[in-house]
Amino acid sequence: MKKAKEVLLQGNEACAMGALAAGMRFFGGYPITPSTEIAEFLSVELLKVGGIFIQMEDEIASMAAIIGASLAGVKSMTATSGPGFSLMQENIGYASMAEVPCVVVNVMRGGPSTGMPTRPSQGDVMQSRWGTHGDHPSIVLCPQSVMECYTLTIRAFNLAEKYRTPVIVLMDGIVGHMWENIHIPENIEIIDKREPTVPPEWYEPYEDLPGGEIAPLVPFGEGYRYHVTGMVHDSQGFPTLVKDEVEQCLNKIIYKIKNNLHDIIEIEEYLVEDAEICIIAYGSVARSAKEAVKMARGEGFKVGLIRPITLWPFPRFHLEHASRKMKTLIVPEMNYGQVYGEVLKSSPHKAVKVTRVDGELITPEEIMKKIEEVAL
Amino acid sequence: MIQTSEAIYKYLRPDKKFPHVWCPGCGAGIVMGALVRAIEKTGLTKDEIVLVSGIGCSGRMSTYLDFNTLHTTHGRALAFATGIKLAKPELTVIVIMGDGDATAIGGNHLIHACRRNIDINAIIINNNIYGMTGGQYSPTTPTNNKASTAHYGNIEKPFDICKLVEACGATYVARSTTYHAKMLDSLIERSIGKHGFCVVEAMAQCPVQYGRRNKLGGPVDMLQLYKENALSIGAYEKLTPEEIADQFPVGVLVDKEEPEYLDKYRNNIQKAGGNVP
Repeated sequence: MKKAKEVLLQGNEACAMGALAAGMRFFGGYPITPSTEIAEFLSVELLKVGGIFIQMEDEIASMAAIIGASLAGVKSMTATSGPGFSLMQENIGYASMAEVPCVVVNVMRGGPSTGMPTRPSQGDVMQSRWGTHGDHPSIVLCPQSVMECYTLTIRAFNLAEKYRTPVIVLMDGIVGHMWENIHIPENIEIIDKREPTVPPEWYEPYEDLPGGEIAPLVPFGEGYRYHVTGMVHDSQGFPTLVKDEVEQCLNKIIYKIKNNLHDIIEIEEYLVEDAEICIIAYGSVARSAKEAVKMARGEGFKVGLIRPITLWPFPRFHLEHASRKMKTLIVPEMNYGQVYGEVLKSSPHKAVKVTRVDGELITPEEIMKKIEEVAL
Repeated sequence: MIQTSEAIYKYLRPDKKFPHVWCPGCGAGIVMGALVRAIEKTGLTKDEIVLVSGIGCSGRMSTYLDFNTLHTTHGRALAFATGIKLAKPELTVIVIMGDGDATAIGGNHLIHACRRNIDINAIIINNNIYGMTGGQYSPTTPTNNKASTAHYGNIEKPFDICKLVEACGATYVARSTTYHAKMLDSLIERSIGKHGFCVVEAMAQCPVQYGRRNKLGGPVDMLQLYKENALSIGAYEKLTPEEIADQFPVGVLVDKEEPEYLDKYRNNIQKAGGNVP
């Protein structure tokens, strides 16, 4: 096998490069710190491959434009931070309802509102799950390193195509602005648009296929004329209020995710086999947590780490399973306890939190202090 | 020449999508007829056209016509359309919006689409009111007129849509009314043939929400008002400011040549050393 190429990259750049490798050829965005490097990088690189970069008038328009581009058959992405992510929510809901694949990168910053533009946060965990109105599925991936900014952005495009849904890459400002050497892999799995298997007159873009298979989305202009709407729709895409069709439409978007948790959920486990205390951490905080685990092991504490790489759907079963033998679960995060609340649902009497919301990262020592507290 | 009824049936989606949601006497159907006749004359196939709409009465038009159709979120139709056109430039993209859709919630997208000059055709059905939500005032409701949220008379100044988009850089701006339906056909046909961002304003009566509250009579009376007040641009320009009361100009108001967005974009791709698609 050929040796992989090694380059020094910033997290945001690696994310943009991952998107290019995944075949993204349309980027619509609006600049906002700390995500701007993604747009700046793509404003140069997309033109070299004949793709389209457009700086839209706002984040609402950006999200709308990438949905339009995706319907025209081009893999598309936008990138933003906290307040911009809030503006995108209505159309993220549209993409979810109309089953249009696309990728949204949110490099989190301190909030609420304008918050702290240049300081990191993990405050958008719940916004990435429940930001738009109504019941809807969410796939959210959470990188902890520059390498993962690359690989998880590719995975986001693959999941978007596979499940015909928007996928969110949720980075914190530390990961987005971090510089690391990464290996650009030679061979990566890319999932592309699927070809229709039926002639135009039989094509139903929202058909329930046997075995939970998801109908392909045929790009506009290829002879498969159909209707796309954000309204509750029937299998042909037309608005409906027929009770059975309403339920079928909404169940479909939920269950295509719920029935495939094993495929979508990815976690990393570190020294959990014999652990009595387990840390649940994601993003940059997971790196501090891993250091804390090493420090604690050095002092004889049986501590392990579970890192949700897929943050939503939440890896509840993994945590329930692990927590059965654990005495305590520690959840450090840069917010007041958004994932902590999820952990409480599976382990109500065992979870404690370490929170930090002042725009500074959580250090291994802080986590270590909590380990000592709960161990004694 | 093809008969209206033949053209309509060729382009409609007959099963399940009807009866339509429009009230008796609504002007939206007349605009739809004009659009269909214009498209028939351009010779474009149904697969070459994408019809994008926003929300509200006008937004439902995309459901009824057999193209690649997209019913978007309120006000955002032009932003969705921008993505489609840039991703697949060979498609003819037509956007149907209402006055509220285009100039209130979507005002930002409208002015920037004009400024960019992307080859998209925007048709704005202006009935001076929010129809589907129940007759609230819109940015084109005339001052002092009544609406369900302007019980004591509208105190806001209305937009002149054509002047607005002209100032923002649209390269083709035209206006007609549902009374001047044949003129509307030809204005739309010409906009589809134009390479650049085009706006056609179609004044359309809303007898149920707007006409009734403002004592304008039934649909026929409202068409009569259009007939009386719409002047060809040439005749309108001869009026002095003192003579202008309720009159407004119809016809082609702007038609100029300016570099189109994608053409400029292709130049930049060449500068970047990429392969021009």
